[in-house]
This record gives sequence, structure tokens and C-alpha cells, in this order.
Amino acid sequence: MPAMLDGEREQLWERARADGWIPEPEALRLLEAAGVPVVRHGFARSLEEAQAAARRIGFPVVAKVVSPAILHKSDVGGVETAVADPAGLSAAWTRLSRLEGFTGALIAERLAGLELIFGAKIDAQFGPVILFGLGGTAVEIYRDVVTRLAPLRERDVASMVCCLRGARLLTGFRGCAAVSLPKLTAALLAFSRLVMEIAERIEAIDLNPVFCTAERCVVADARILPAPIP
Amino acid sequence: MIDAFDFRPLVKPRRIAVVGVSLTNDRHPANVIYNKIRLRYPVPVHAVNPRGGRYLRDPVYANFEEIPETPDLAVIAVRAESVPEVLAQCIRRGVGGAVIVSGGFAESGRPDLQERIASMGREAGFPFIGPNCLGVYAPGRFDTFFLPGERLVRPEPGGVGFVSQSGGVLVDQMVKFSAQGLGLSLAVSIGNKALVREIDLLRHFAADPETRVIAFYVEGFGRNEGRAFVEAAAAAGKPVVVLKAGKTAAGRRAVGSHTASLAGDHRVFSDALAQFGIVEAHDEFELTCFCESLSHYPRAIEGRVGVVTVSGGHGALATDILSGLGLEVPALSAALQAEIREGLGANVRPIASLGNPVDLTGSSTDEDFLAALSALGKSSEVDCILLLLLPYSPGISADLGARLSEVHRQSGKPLVAYVPHVEKYRILIEGFELNRIPVASSVDGAAFMVEAMRRCRPC
Repeated sequence: MPAMLDGEREQLWERARADGWIPEPEALRLLEAAGVPVVRHGFARSLEEAQAAARRIGFPVVAKVVSPAILHKSDVGGVETAVADPAGLSAAWTRLSRLEGFTGALIAERLAGLELIFGAKIDAQFGPVILFGLGGTAVEIYRDVVTRLAPLRERDVASMVCCLRGARLLTGFRGCAAVSLPKLTAALLAFSRLVMEIAERIEAIDLNPVFCTAERCVVADARILPAPIP
Repeated sequence: MIDAFDFRPLVKPRRIAVVGVSLTNDRHPANVIYNKIRLRYPVPVHAVNPRGGRYLRDPVYANFEEIPETPDLAVIAVRAESVPEVLAQCIRRGVGGAVIVSGGFAESGRPDLQERIASMGREAGFPFIGPNCLGVYAPGRFDTFFLPGERLVRPEPGGVGFVSQSGGVLVDQMVKFSAQGLGLSLAVSIGNKALVREIDLLRHFAADPETRVIAFYVEGFGRNEGRAFVEAAAAAGKPVVVLKAGKTAAGRRAVGSHTASLAGDHRVFSDALAQFGIVEAHDEFELTCFCESLSHYPRAIEGRVGVVTVSGGHGALATDILSGLGLEVPALSAALQAEIREGLGANVRPIASLGNPVDLTGSSTDEDFLAALSALGKSSEVDCILLLLLPYSPGISADLGARLSEVHRQSGKPLVAYVPHVEKYRILIEGFELNRIPVASSVDGAAFMVEAMRRCRPC
């Protein structure tokens, strides 16, 4: 995917401040341009575009609503996680298109692996901070996360992993292969570089889940909240 | 944050002026401060009050021009509205710095007045502590606390530099430090910290040869100030201990962000300390234990602890506490156990259990301790020794502390002792402490002293 032009980028932030967040397709592009691996995906404005994207990615796929009115997609039934074939996609499209503010759907590869969270926030006392931990929808139940001041150094990644209560889920446990520490490190460091670059513009970022396996670490969902207008 | 403040007039003044001494009210804070310096400290002190006159046969100067020799330090305890005028006089006269005891600034709705004195100090390069603070306690030299000396517990001169946002916490911590036999190089209550802030004093203590450990009680930092603080602390070259209270109101929460909700102020603060190798204390007890331990042993350990005890029960309790903290009490190798056993006396050799905890039993004597600590000191299987000493056994002499300290100095391996703190064991305790081995008054205190050494490295 081509890098964004500066003018396009400015427009993106301006719109984001008005909406309250960056739409997911653009958020994924921003991450990808910064070298953070993201899920293979396509943004579809019509069912035909959706079918073409799904064929390109290969079934099964995930279909997620894109709407400036919906921040928490799964709360409103805006995520179809197991779309198996073209007929399933037509049905999913019909359901998603009835949701408030529907502008299209994000068609994405269906991923497996350990669900992690990468986050960022601008802390009043400490400035840009990176959060890392066990992700997924239960992230606020288990709260198994750790923070570091950005920018991250390589050794911060290993130290964050071993600070987690669930560290063994990442280092290998009962037949589950360990996640790739080099891939995890590369993804987190790229994310940290992006955060430093856009620190003035953001309030918080959630990348959740980030799917990690022995082969790769890939962002499946991105939420970027811009800094409020001063 | 100020780059080039000279703190010498604030910490080692050769002459002090106390401003606001009342001719009629002996209990005025300025009078309490003036009297205690006049009567109990070696430094010359002068009273200042615009009305002039005499106070208890001493002259009261109407302004700084009248004082025959320029004071290094002004202690200011006048109404808030009068503080700018007093500061202006100090700066004109060439006074080196001030402690502003007076309240009535940002804490009571006058941030404008506070900003005014802060900018006066900044422009003139004139450092002041406060306002709204107790100020400075320099053991044996002077203090600016408006609390009568007989009501204070006064730690001896020593290696801890302590900075507190709260005067009350500072005074109470002085009680705790004293009970631990822990001395202070300097204690500062910074109050509203309008000009001199934590990071300025951190830099001062980092360069001060008398200070071995730098400790802070912090309620909150200003915008981005936390980052500058942890970076400066990591570069201090000395252990830094922080007790953080409360959750500051740090801006609004982003609605709908997991990260903003999970990474609350306290979590970020705590993780940032760990990231930079700053030791976080969770309460006053930990703060005291950590300062005691790190003032003797400023280097980090991995945390493989050899426990030596005269009581199996204490060994088991200590092991539980150490494990709970994430420290290791590794089983000792057969070779090391054999080496220890070889050195034990005939009474103890058959009954001692040496797996770790090393239980020398109630029959042990000084020689048995020397043998066990000498072997553990040389071994790479442990990197710290915890000694649980219940001096009930007649074989333990009053010289044990001094003798063990020689073994300890040979190996350089950190040694922490627990001895019940009762008067009849005082001579034994001093045998350790005067030879620079920290002694805790409880088993968990001793475990915290070990934990301090593990925490003082970047995570």
C-alpha cells in the first residue's frame, strides 16, 4: 500500500478530531505505513467490492462495520467473525448495512493466535506511554498489562513480557508454541516509533487484538483517538 | 526546574535571618524557629521585623539593610502578601536563598501570588524552598521547622537525603528513621514547591558526598515533570527510593479507550519507576527498610538468598516472605553443605540442617555463624545472606556482630540481620550497625531490606 501523502494525512487528522476517532481503514493504513504489521484487509463500500476483497483474501473472512457513529463495534453486532463463503458474506453485508451510520465494511483475513493488546496514551506527568499485555475483549477484566515510557528500547520488550502474570502464555505453555519474540519486538518498536511521531496529535491508541504466533504478530483491530482540540 | 542554583546557602548557611519574629507573641512560628536556632545550633541567627526593637535582649532588625553581616539564608514567616517585599530585600542584600514557611499561596486560592514570587526567584537566580512548608532539617547544623525541638524526634547525621511534599509525613518519617537508627544528610519539606522542586534537590543530593540514598515522598508531578524526574534519578548514580501517595487528577480520561482506562496514573507512575531502576516503596515501613538497606548496599542483586537461622520456624517464615516477594531461597548444593558442616562445632554438626534455610539450631555459637557465613560468602549459589538471630542461646556473644562484619567485608556479599529490638540486645545490635550491617526489627523488615537491593535495577 502506498504511503500517505502529507495533505491526505492532514485531512485525516482534521476529520478525526471532528469524529472523535480515526476510521479503522485509515488507522490500519497509518500503522502499515509505519511498519507495524496489520491484518490483510480491504475496505468495501458495496457488496461487490466486499466479495472481491474476500476472494482476494480467501475465505473464511471477518467483516466489520465502518461507521463514524460506532466506536464499540462488537457491542452493536458490528463484527461478523466467521464469514465462510460468498452467501454468508451477502447475509453479513445485509445485517451490517442496517447499522447506524454505515459507510461500508472492512473485510479482513481471519487470524488465530494469542490475543495481545498494544496501547498508547499521553500521560500528563510522563508524556507518551506504551501499554502492552494480554488482549481480547476481556482485557479490562484480567488487567494483565504493563506500561513503559516511550520510546521503547529493545530490552524494554523482554522486560514487559516477563512482568506479565501470564508471561508463560507468551513463552510457551502446555503444547502452545511460544510467540516469536523477534516479531513481537519488531512490531512493538515500530508502534513505539509511530507513537513518538504522532504524540502531539493523539490522546490514546488501542491495538486490540494483536494476534501473535510463533511466525508473526499482526494487528487485527485499531482504534486511534486524536487529542482534543485545544 | 532550574539548572544553576547554588544550594549551599540553603543547606549549609553560615548565618541565618528569621523574618517575622514577633515582639509580643512567643508562639509565633518565626519565634519558635528563631529560638531553636539561637539556643540549640552553632549558626549565628538574627531576628527581623519591620517594627524593629528588641526581643529577649537581642536586637530585632527592621530590614535586611540593618543586619551588620549578610545572612546566607532567610527563613520567612510573614503574611503571604508581605512575602514579595521580603524576597525583594533578600535579593537586594545578596542573601543566598530562603525558606518560605508562610502559607496563603496556591493552596488557598492565590496562585497569582505564588507565580509572582516564583518568577522573582527565577529571574534573580535566588533559590527558595516552599512556600507553605516546614523547610529544612540539617542534623546538628540547623532546622527551620516551626515545631518546638522537644516535640521532634531528631535523627542523627547520616546518609539519607529525604524530600517530602508533606511536612507532616516528613516529621513522622523522622520518627521511623530514628527508630531504625537511620541518619539523615538533610531532610526538606518542599510544600507548594513553587521554585525548588523534587528534581532540583535530586540533583543536589546526587552530587552531595554525604548522601548515600535519596528518598522522596511524592503526591504528584506537574506536566511531563515525571519523565524528567525518572531520567534524572536513573542518572543519579545512587539508589533512589520513592513513596507515592494518592492518585493525582491527571487530566481527563479518553472515553472508549482500553489503554486510557488500564494505564491509570498510578500504574504508569509505578511502571516508570521500575523501568528506570527507582525503588518504589508502598508504605512508610518499606520506605524505612529500603533506605536502611540501600544506604549500606547501593548495588543491585538478583535475589538468591541464603537464610541462616537459629530457629527452624523463623527460617520457614522468612522463606515464605521472601518467596512471596519473588525472591529465591535456592537449595544449597551438597558440596556447599559439606563445606559448611565441616566448619561447625561438634555439638551442632550432627543436628544442623543445611539445605537453606541453614538452621544452626539453638545450640550454635559464634564460631558456627562464622563458619556458615564464611562459606556462603564465598559461594556463588547465593548473592545475599539473611541472618535471623534470636540471641537466646548462651553460645552467642555480644561480639558476634563485629566478628561477622569482618567475614562480610571479606566477601563483600550483602548481609542483613534480624535481631529483636529490645533494650537488652542493644549491644549486639550496635555490634552489627556500627560495623555497617543493617539490622531489622522484624522478619518482614529484614526481607524488605533484601527486596530493596533486587528492586534497585532497571526492570
